[in-house]
Amino acid sequence: MDQAAVSTPEGRSPKAPVLPLDRAGRESAPLSLLKTAIQRREVTVVVVTVGVVLYFAFRTGAFYSVANIIVIAQYTAPIVVIGAGEVLLLVLAEIDLSAGQTYLTAPWFAYWFWSAGIPVGIAILIALALSLLIGFVNGFFTVRLGVPSLIVTLGTLYTLFGLVLVKSNYQQVDMPGGTGTAGKIFGIGAWSTILWALLIMAIIWVLLKKTRFGVHTTAAGGNLLGAAEAGIPVGRVKIWCFMIIALVSGYAGILDAVRIGSMNPGNTGLDIVLAPIVAAVIGGTALTGGRGTVLGTVIGAFFLGVLEDGFNIIGVNAQWFYFAEGVVILVAMAINVQLSRATARMKR
Amino acid sequence: MTAPQAPGGAVPAGGQGGPEADTAILRAVGITKRFGAVAALRGIDMHLNRGEVLGLVGDNGTGKSTFVKVLCGFHRPDSGQLYLDGKQVNFHSVQDARAHGIEAVYQDLALVPQLPVYQNMFLNREETRLGRLGFLSNRKMRKLAKDYLSNIKVDIPDIDAEVEMLSGGQRQAIAVARATRQNAKILLLDEPLAAMGARESALIIDLVRDLSQRGVSMIVIDHNYTHLFELCDRLNIIQRGRVVFDKLVSTTSVEELTELMVSEYKRQLLAGHSDLESA
Repeated sequence: MDQAAVSTPEGRSPKAPVLPLDRAGRESAPLSLLKTAIQRREVTVVVVTVGVVLYFAFRTGAFYSVANIIVIAQYTAPIVVIGAGEVLLLVLAEIDLSAGQTYLTAPWFAYWFWSAGIPVGIAILIALALSLLIGFVNGFFTVRLGVPSLIVTLGTLYTLFGLVLVKSNYQQVDMPGGTGTAGKIFGIGAWSTILWALLIMAIIWVLLKKTRFGVHTTAAGGNLLGAAEAGIPVGRVKIWCFMIIALVSGYAGILDAVRIGSMNPGNTGLDIVLAPIVAAVIGGTALTGGRGTVLGTVIGAFFLGVLEDGFNIIGVNAQWFYFAEGVVILVAMAINVQLSRATARMKR
Repeated sequence: MTAPQAPGGAVPAGGQGGPEADTAILRAVGITKRFGAVAALRGIDMHLNRGEVLGLVGDNGTGKSTFVKVLCGFHRPDSGQLYLDGKQVNFHSVQDARAHGIEAVYQDLALVPQLPVYQNMFLNREETRLGRLGFLSNRKMRKLAKDYLSNIKVDIPDIDAEVEMLSGGQRQAIAVARATRQNAKILLLDEPLAAMGARESALIIDLVRDLSQRGVSMIVIDHNYTHLFELCDRLNIIQRGRVVFDKLVSTTSVEELTELMVSEYKRQLLAGHSDLESA
């Protein structure tokens, strides 16, 4: 013991000729940390989010309460889910504006089949199947008919919105939920939606980063022709991504409808889908394809959740939220562009 | 002066024998392909002998790359037949042609800038585990890619570097390495040396020679006659979507090729490209 303790400082000084280690070791460590920080886009948004959290936490004690954290989590959950799906499409250099409407429409599907006498579980499965179909239609129009996805999904958005308006007779309805275990798992439990969201986000992250499908998605977004020349079925990959985002959006919608307990046909999906896209963008996903970060998107979603909630709590007029969101988009994008330039310079 | 009317005179030797008694490993008969109003290929007849390196020469836009993309299954020909080892084949996809032992290096390299070197080398041939789920074995791919590159003496400092960060020559080397790694029977190389410096070119030329000695048959497109005479056994010139010249390297010369290309250029100037448009 004693010997070891004594020998250590002794051992160190001869072993470490002071100058080289200082230069090589000490200088490079923080420098490489800074490099990783700049190269990993997520780090920026984490820092900003933590800053905003601290700000609101100091402004008001109410921010810290479990009840409020649940509010943030519930607000954030669908943004996480749709945003993670949106990352797949942004990596493909595509976009899905209809995801928010799929989120709103899927529970209506479930409700209609349920009120027609079909058991709740099966009605939900049918609704999810129809969500997949929406995604397939989006993908088919984009890939096989060559219509830009921005336009295709705008078309789907209005089609679905119209469908809900007509079929619902503009009547708000109550969503079945109950107090049983099933209800708690699927939406009603306080943490249900956010846990589902994190699970779905993790699956999409694994899909994008750890599987063959993910490589093919990146390839199709980064070099469409080249990916096709390598024999990747790029059309099929794209259609699958449209189907995945539609499926998860529909699922998130059903969970939220069960949680809230009612549905209003007047809600439009465009409001809902913009937040996830903003989350993806401030999280560090470019719109140019080939790159995307699911993790950054999740943090971006929490950032939006915290911002909205914080403004609410400190009593800032809700309208200011949109103002702030706008400013955040501009600033985040400016930083992202600058960072990617810096990253490119560093790597060269 | 040296036979500008080569087309008739230089028909491939085994051309009339039919697919039965075919010495060629790959034979194309009357391949046509059009893109809308543009006839890219207007009846290409070509054969590639076993173990041979065949050079394709021709100006830009004469259909060389399109032809290569037909041979590797990327494009389907509008008409004409392909014979592999004397048997007629129809490639429905790149995958299909690969299964028959045909590999291509495309002119545009078909690399994904945002993916690391090793994932590009395994693009659409990813090593995976857990069966059909398709989880990537990145460690295995990294090692295999590294080993192969150092085997063929291609120097890529970082196997994890995104291709975006590499030089043109390095990218080309990766694209070539990706194709040569597959133990293909037939390699199609569309301008494999275009972006390369002298050292890298020498390396790829060595690699091609080595593969050729091991019996791989190859078609090489290049604009540099010096490279072609160094690499190839036989040369074909493609003009206006047809093969118009077919000679062994030993029986032709840079002068003859230059002569032919220039006379075609003059002809086009005089014709004002009219026959290209009206195809």
